[in-house]
Amino acid sequence: MNLTLRIWRQTGPADKGRMVKYRVEDVSPDMSFLEMLDMLNERLTLDGDEPVAFDHDCREGICGMCSLMINGAAHGPERATTTCQLHMRHFADGDTIDIEPWRARAFPVVKDLVVDRTAFDKIIQAGGYISAATGTAPDAHAAPVPKADADAAFEAATCIGCGACVAACPNGSGMLFTAAKVTHLGLLPQGQPERRERVLNMVEAHDDAGFGGCTNTGECTAVCPKGIPLTAIGQLNRDFLKASTTSAR
Amino acid sequence: MDLATRRVTRSTVGKKAVMAVTGVAMVLFLLLHMLGNLKIFVGAEDFDHYAHWLRTIGMPVLPETWFLWIQRVGLLVAVIAHIWSATSLALRARAARPVKYAHRRPVKGSYAARTMRWGGVIIVLFVVYHILDLTTGHLNPVGDRAHPHANVVADFAPERWYVTLFYVLAVVALAFHLRHGVFSALRTLGQHTQSGERRARFFALAVAVVIAAGFLSVPIAVTTGVIQ
Amino acid sequence: MTLYVEGDPVADTKAPDGPIETRWDRHRFESKLVNPANRRKRTIIVVGTGLAGGAAAATLGEAGYHVKSYCYQDSPRRAHSIAAQGGINAAKNYRNDGDSIQRLFYDTVKGGDFRSRESNVYRLAQVSVEIIDQCVAQGVPFAREYGGLLDNRSFGGAQVSRTFYARGQTGQQLLLGAYQALERQVAAGTVEMHARHEMLDLIVVDGRARGIVVRDLVTGEIATDFADAVVLASGGYGNVFFLSTNAKGCNVTATWRAHRKGALFANPCFTQIHPTCIPQSGDHQSKLTLMSESLRNDGRVWVPKEKGDPRKPGDIPEGERDYYLERIYPSFGNLVPRDIASRAAKNVCDEGRGVGPGGLGVYLDFADAIERLGKDAVSAKYGNLFEMYERITGEDPNEVPMRIYPAVHYTMGGLWVDYDLQSTIPGLFVTGEANFSDHGANRLGASALMQGLADGYFVLPNTISGYLAENSKLEPVGADHPAAVEARFAVERRVARLLNIDGDRTVDSFHRELGRIMWDYCGMERTDEGLRKAIELIRGLRDEFWRRVKVPGSADDLNQALEKAGRVADFFELAELMCVDALHRTESCGGHFRGESQTPEGEALRDDENFSYVAAWEWSGSEAPPVLHKEELNFEYVHLSQRSYK
Repeated sequence: MNLTLRIWRQTGPADKGRMVKYRVEDVSPDMSFLEMLDMLNERLTLDGDEPVAFDHDCREGICGMCSLMINGAAHGPERATTTCQLHMRHFADGDTIDIEPWRARAFPVVKDLVVDRTAFDKIIQAGGYISAATGTAPDAHAAPVPKADADAAFEAATCIGCGACVAACPNGSGMLFTAAKVTHLGLLPQGQPERRERVLNMVEAHDDAGFGGCTNTGECTAVCPKGIPLTAIGQLNRDFLKASTTSAR
Repeated sequence: MDLATRRVTRSTVGKKAVMAVTGVAMVLFLLLHMLGNLKIFVGAEDFDHYAHWLRTIGMPVLPETWFLWIQRVGLLVAVIAHIWSATSLALRARAARPVKYAHRRPVKGSYAARTMRWGGVIIVLFVVYHILDLTTGHLNPVGDRAHPHANVVADFAPERWYVTLFYVLAVVALAFHLRHGVFSALRTLGQHTQSGERRARFFALAVAVVIAAGFLSVPIAVTTGVIQ
Repeated sequence: MTLYVEGDPVADTKAPDGPIETRWDRHRFESKLVNPANRRKRTIIVVGTGLAGGAAAATLGEAGYHVKSYCYQDSPRRAHSIAAQGGINAAKNYRNDGDSIQRLFYDTVKGGDFRSRESNVYRLAQVSVEIIDQCVAQGVPFAREYGGLLDNRSFGGAQVSRTFYARGQTGQQLLLGAYQALERQVAAGTVEMHARHEMLDLIVVDGRARGIVVRDLVTGEIATDFADAVVLASGGYGNVFFLSTNAKGCNVTATWRAHRKGALFANPCFTQIHPTCIPQSGDHQSKLTLMSESLRNDGRVWVPKEKGDPRKPGDIPEGERDYYLERIYPSFGNLVPRDIASRAAKNVCDEGRGVGPGGLGVYLDFADAIERLGKDAVSAKYGNLFEMYERITGEDPNEVPMRIYPAVHYTMGGLWVDYDLQSTIPGLFVTGEANFSDHGANRLGASALMQGLADGYFVLPNTISGYLAENSKLEPVGADHPAAVEARFAVERRVARLLNIDGDRTVDSFHRELGRIMWDYCGMERTDEGLRKAIELIRGLRDEFWRRVKVPGSADDLNQALEKAGRVADFFELAELMCVDALHRTESCGGHFRGESQTPEGEALRDDENFSYVAAWEWSGSEAPPVLHKEELNFEYVHLSQRSYK
């Protein structure tokens, strides 16, 4: 099939950037979306143009590196699917497809469709861990965890840190990402000692990074490739209020 | 304010909590207000009597209208805190996305959520008008503070259809605001389970529908002549 | 044509002796320690943030060393360890089913087809127990039973249930545990994180590894960084085949550059090919996706009896289907080991009986299972895998048989290291898949995660302190040191050269062609004739690459084509060495199957008499043949025997 692409091109952080139109021909429906872009880049290279820069790595939906706003939807039209797992059979011959980078102050554009998501690492640095230095651990069976808690912690822990939640949120909020980690660690007995400080510090880091606040619109969970539920944010709110009304500080 | 409190009120989550708590207070007020309004169906005298009673709540412990003023001050504080938090979060949201998308496809089903800000502005404008109309009487064709029933009937007379229309629009905006707002407040105050989410959404819808129906019944009854 | 020359044997001088159970303890006791107060003055560079690198950087940071961590991705959380599905082995014996350190040790040596070191594997089995404790303490949400205790499963044909798992995302959960520990150290100031940086050379001063040359992938700046020791945890080189289950960015550059600076490269031809991957759908294919091996428990593998049968699978009657695994291996049937299943699939496709695009696929059919167990039962077991398959192929395995084909998955070879995980360059340590590892000629399922974390959390942090303690007075080295200047210039020249060729073929077109050569001649079955031909083809293609490649853009900003070009250039050199290694090893063992060395039944035939050694290769310049150093393997505890699937 033949498609028209309108792709955001931006040479660097200082450039203003613009949408540029490209034609791609003979796209196979079995191609993944990124393979379609590979094909475009091969042609641009041979034509002497600069290929489109986009982030990607594992191409099996788990590393969280790919990040495209496709026709205004984070990771494209399919639910619970990363861009690398989106296939061209979901588009029709003659379609025009708009491709943009994640847009958020906390995710500045590096080049074309590539953005800097270091802000997520900063949120984790603020408390998204359990302080258990190597070698200090008791036997793995020392603290049983109810299966329901372990399963719920796992669900929250499947977050791949891609940033689609931020990209889709009308407020540019990273609360679903933050909440997923707060929920994962807060549900486990090992995570209890640091639970109060964790939520306060992570929310502070989230705000300092320039993300917007959550207003419970639910757009984040609708585009999340791992289906992290909005209830995680309820858990974060609960922990936050509890921590701030009982905090020793 | 000590450091911990400031840290909380400055954070996005803390601001949401302020919105939730003040929102809940205002919803409680609205429910009582609506129940009072329905008194109009009992009769003109009863309605006027009820309106007069509002000024005497708390007597003789409190002097006349003191309770009313305490409650008004409380509401005003809630409104200001609610709007302050909302504005602050809205400005933050705007700053959080300096470059807009060229192509944006909003998620279906979040209409109420996406109209919170404009809905809120419409409601504020309406409240200002509403106070000048039916509290102080400045914009009311009768404006007799001793006879609120007459004010109401004059207000929603068929020839003043535009007032009724504005009222209806404002109440519809309020209903949308409550449908997302009540759910959001529950979520902000810690609702965190899947089944709880379903209940919270249903509860929010019920509150929105009940309040809207209650408030709309009065002007419609007047305009259609059920109440004269 | 001299393909290689043989040099002196190489010996693991750090290998402890005495009873195998006490070797690791004694070795730790005998090695020197660095005073805690002095640790922050000692700097260590760690390249790569997967299980081996992330765990090492975090642990060294916790110990108080000054750590500089590098990765090419935008965040350390994205390293490809994240994609591991199945699980992690540990000799916990929580199931009371007869497991023990001794048994895990035995299974791993045997599974590696007797081409690994007993001491290393025993240590791995010992440490495996501590890994699970560590990960649980970090909050890794392993699967649990209703009693709240950890669940285990049997994996990859093991007779005991020793595999710990987190649904199909064990690698992700373990990596995030290591990543969080790493970020905690970043916050604590012990680890400096450098994401989007790629190591392009090693700096060797007075025979010791003292630093690296890196390119900032965002600004294009080429810089040098220095330390008292360098750790490479940069993963495997499966992408030499272009199509593999590796991430697109996985590459050999860090280890290959170290190899060119003097580190021996061991057993490069030992690669693992996984039988159940989703086949290629066309020439546009950019990578292959693994489907869990568990599918073979209920799926039946078949191809049409007729060559090039054009009919749809449903239209081919039972009598015209060849359930070839069940036919050739009646006792094991569809559950034969990975290498057997892979090779059998290749054989039927080579006969022209393959299915799907290009005839590169075989059916994995669930029709019988659905009829026997019901659709719901099959869906409960494999629902998520079916969904994943449908997302990629657009076909529903409930309706039409799945198509599968083998794909390159893991590389057992890597830089040669001693018991301390130190390469032949003092001060250069190598961990995880990047070293030649403890897996011998074949890696068992759920062992890669175990080895990566064992190296990162427990082995390296103990052994590297011995090196640092013994070398407490290293001269400071700066960017103006002649060795650093020379290394940086060499990298700059190479980058400029790649950009200046301005030819007429893209990097990917070369990479695809190289991958095809490797797959055809150095893949599942290797022959003398094929390997010689491959070496010739690779050399020709490499020359063409340096004449005709077109790398667009500049060196001064984010340039993904330039990144790829550098990696592919190194793959060319590695590919040749892989073929030489495969050619010289005329036996079949583990993942290395030589057509000339098989039993009358067509099974792999090992030659312990002549090949019971590690082949450690020395670089001697691009014009001279590599030098082979043999490290003899001795088996005191596990008796050599032929693997049998009958």
